[in-house]
Amino acid sequence: MTITALPPDPLRPLIRRLTGDEKHEPSSHSTLDVLWVLYDRVLRVTPATVDAPDRDRFLLSKGHGPAAYYAVLAAKGFFPAEWLDDLGGWDSPLGHHPDRLRIPGVEVGTGSLGHGLGLAVGTALGLRAQGFADARTFVLVGDAELDEGSNHEAIAYAGAIKLPLTAVVIDNQSATHGWPGGIAARFPGWDAAHVDGRDHEQIENALTRRHDRPNLVVAAVAPKWSDR
Amino acid sequence: MRQTFVDTTTELLASDPRTAVVLADISADAFRPAMRRHPDRVLNVGIREQLMTGVAGGLALTGLRPYVHSYAPFLIDRAYEQIKLDLGHQDVGAVLVSIGASYDGAAEGYTHQSPGDVELLDTLEGWTVHVPGHPDEVAALLRAAARHDDRVYIRLAEQENSQAYPDGGRLRVIRRGGPLVVAVGPMLDPVLEATRDLDVTVAYTNTPRPLDAEGLRQLADTELVMVEPYLAGTSARQVAEALGGRPHRVLHLGVGRAEIRRYGTWQDHARAHGLDPAGLRAKIAEFLW
Repeated sequence: MTITALPPDPLRPLIRRLTGDEKHEPSSHSTLDVLWVLYDRVLRVTPATVDAPDRDRFLLSKGHGPAAYYAVLAAKGFFPAEWLDDLGGWDSPLGHHPDRLRIPGVEVGTGSLGHGLGLAVGTALGLRAQGFADARTFVLVGDAELDEGSNHEAIAYAGAIKLPLTAVVIDNQSATHGWPGGIAARFPGWDAAHVDGRDHEQIENALTRRHDRPNLVVAAVAPKWSDR
Repeated sequence: MRQTFVDTTTELLASDPRTAVVLADISADAFRPAMRRHPDRVLNVGIREQLMTGVAGGLALTGLRPYVHSYAPFLIDRAYEQIKLDLGHQDVGAVLVSIGASYDGAAEGYTHQSPGDVELLDTLEGWTVHVPGHPDEVAALLRAAARHDDRVYIRLAEQENSQAYPDGGRLRVIRRGGPLVVAVGPMLDPVLEATRDLDVTVAYTNTPRPLDAEGLRQLADTELVMVEPYLAGTSARQVAEALGGRPHRVLHLGVGRAEIRRYGTWQDHARAHGLDPAGLRAKIAEFLW
């Protein structure tokens, strides 16, 4: 895996504030580039429109390790950067898993894996039923999170009813038993694209295009463990 | 009761554009006409109860009012974490409507029985629980739930009372006398028959959550019997809190915790759990006299 685009500079100090980690580059956060491209180039949502009924929705299903998510939201002005200085503290709105009631711009509280896809299917159906034809729904899932069976209920149903939502699977080969045959093979009836999870142009191209059925984007980044 | 649910919810779909129905195959045939008229708001996800609840959470997040329906063990027991997180933790609501109750599925066996559904919901915040005792109580409960966004559980059963009490939301006195016996939902008729010649006050409610604590304090003296159609003792904490600081004795009757590995009918299971008139009478009389 080559790093073809460095993460934008504004995120580097923000992530450092969160983690206090001077040694690791922001690129050690597997979701960072996808999240940045989503909020910088794709999603129709701003701090001013977090309650607009027809806004685009982004659901972070993989609620683990939300540092990159918090940094991107702070960089885009959804909450003050000062919040990043206290992660998981009693007085902090930012937990180790995000809470939608505490953080402006966060659509769902997640942490227990395997809940985001089902909520995203319901969200996309709810937007469609109310005639918000322009509102798009995105959900980000980890490749290890796909182990949870609840995901596969949502994947099969979305494919069967041709529901146009976009799922991004961040693939850092962290699933204990892997996905022999590939992740896309687990998404029957979906369009699928594979991108370099660090390449902003590739990510943007894959996420911007509208589909008339569910769309999977597998974003590959460096393996979580170097022995794989 | 199920037909009343289908008819009323079908009317709500036509009259209130916020109404949505989410199914997991159970009762899908009954909703087919509604599904044809409102394909965007009547959703059958197939045999996927986790998804059914997650979809309801997503619909509610966009402002719709989802009615979610299945057999009680699949609606509540199986999807407990989705109820906890996809509804409660997101601070959104839904109307969960179950059939099957504790042992309507007597011949189906324990896999199709949910005596613990109300107790499971008692571990979570903010659930209103309705246990109607008559089909004519069901429509008003469903319509009331359409007018807000709170979390509501409506437990429908085959067992029903001979008379409807549309004002059964609080404790409603059916017969005045000595110590208070509270009958929840379909327990009223067996309680009335069991206590026909006993000097007791019988009060009815179809809404055990929130339990009418004020009514309980007014009606209960020092002795009280609770008769509930789900796990015995499910309301022990609520009764203790309502009568806290006041000396009292209370007997909690309901479905036993031991699995009864027999089939038969719901009447057989009611008898096995001591919830038939004879069983109730023996336990109530022994406790009070």
